Amino acid sequence: MRRVVRDLRNNAVEFLRTFGAFQLFFLRLLRFSPGMLLGRFDLVVKQVYNTGALSLVIIMVCGFFVGAVLALQAYSNMAMFNAEDWTGVAAAFALVKELGPVMTALLFAGRAGTALTSEIGLMKATDQLSAMEMMAVNPVRRVLVPRFLGGVIAMPLLAAIFSAIGMFGAHLIGVELFQVDVGSFWQQIQLTVEISDVNEGIIKSVVFGVAASLIAVWEGYNTVPTAEGVGRATTRTVVITAITILIFDFMITAALI
Amino acid sequence: MGDTADNLIEIRDLKFSRGHRAIFDGLNLDIKKGEITAIMGPSGTGKTTLLRLVTRQLIPEQGAIYVDGTDVSTLTQSELYQLRQRFGMLFQNGALLTDLSVFENVAFPLREHTKLSNRLIRHIVLTKLHAVGLRGAADLTPAELSGGMARRVALARAMVMDPDILIYDEPFVGLDPISMGVIVRLVRRMNDALGITSIIVSHDVEEVATVADRSFLLSEGKVAASGSPDELRTTNSELVRQFMHGMADGPVAFHYDAPGYEEQLLGRDAE
Repeated sequence: MRRVVRDLRNNAVEFLRTFGAFQLFFLRLLRFSPGMLLGRFDLVVKQVYNTGALSLVIIMVCGFFVGAVLALQAYSNMAMFNAEDWTGVAAAFALVKELGPVMTALLFAGRAGTALTSEIGLMKATDQLSAMEMMAVNPVRRVLVPRFLGGVIAMPLLAAIFSAIGMFGAHLIGVELFQVDVGSFWQQIQLTVEISDVNEGIIKSVVFGVAASLIAVWEGYNTVPTAEGVGRATTRTVVITAITILIFDFMITAALI
Repeated sequence: MGDTADNLIEIRDLKFSRGHRAIFDGLNLDIKKGEITAIMGPSGTGKTTLLRLVTRQLIPEQGAIYVDGTDVSTLTQSELYQLRQRFGMLFQNGALLTDLSVFENVAFPLREHTKLSNRLIRHIVLTKLHAVGLRGAADLTPAELSGGMARRVALARAMVMDPDILIYDEPFVGLDPISMGVIVRLVRRMNDALGITSIIVSHDVEEVATVADRSFLLSEGKVAASGSPDELRTTNSELVRQFMHGMADGPVAFHYDAPGYEEQLLGRDAE
């Protein structure tokens, strides 16, 4: 029993220590961010390309099928009440408020987050970060901050593209396959979806972008510099990001309702 | 320890451990200006750790390390970065930045620390690449280089800011004889032509003997012997003789600590 209590206490202390270090790390990134945005924006643009543009295909394909599935589900249920015109509304609400930001963040963690973690982890394992330190260049500022900012900028853009392509998928299923009137399909969306709904999606995608990018660079920077360590860090990035995003999603939704 | 005015780096009563294992226990060592100093010793004696302490990538538990009279452990972050601009370091694996070309790797410190024009940067980088014989490889990526070429590019990068002190961490490991000869000559030429101070961490006795002015042999956290390579070769110390002549057994045991051979093979555990 005493051992259980001691283990619990040790784990709690370790968790608090890591959480504190994580917060300080976040503050360090924020401290260097304005200088990076103003002075070395070219480095940020390169990372927006790496994390954003290179994730476009996976985001667009997934967005299309998620939108199509939503329309299929919505149509089959709405048809029971002769409310087929509302197929588009159901898909739009689900995409803009929930699935757009959440699915994009989960895909982002799997595609860009793992790439960031493994890249930074390998840079550490091959002494590239130490070499920068020895060249009097701060690796946090030069390597981590552009990657963090690149992810933060790319995430809301990817979420918007996900939702837009998703609506295209819903249109194909609702209008082209099930012959819902195209005017009704889009007009119901216009009348029902408010700007506050869109804002909710934007807020979520920004928060998820910060969380996913932060976790990815943190895990990369704190990788145990071995092949096994990089593998473990990459896995942790996906797991921790997924859990964090779903918890934040619940908190933001609860706060905005 | 000799005349302290000639010393560029002075290490005094250094103590450092990893876990419960003491790596250095009261180490004293001086590195003289303008010389090539070799730090030698069997694997695991803390040679690379010593380099990391000198450049304050690690902080000692006790003792002091003076670089040009300044205790490095007292420096602020910005003072430390100013000091590091006087260092050039060649890492064991080159540590080239994999997302940049050879040219950009060598240009990296100049772009980060100076506001020189692209034209001047190009001039300096090509000069340094020419010195290591790789001007023609400027557009290659690090992945396209052999081990020896990567180390030469890293050497060009280490000297691009014209440092006062060049540090080489195991520069001869894993090189073919031709690349090794090239690196040995470059180390000597850089030191003499640019008037810098060089520190080489290595356990390649033959190569170090041809290039070093002074060698220190580390063992059990202290300096076991020091002097010119020839002096070390003729010393009476058992440890130094074992190391310099590559003998399998001696003060550094061939066998890792283990229970008795017969007992382990035929004793109770054999079941």
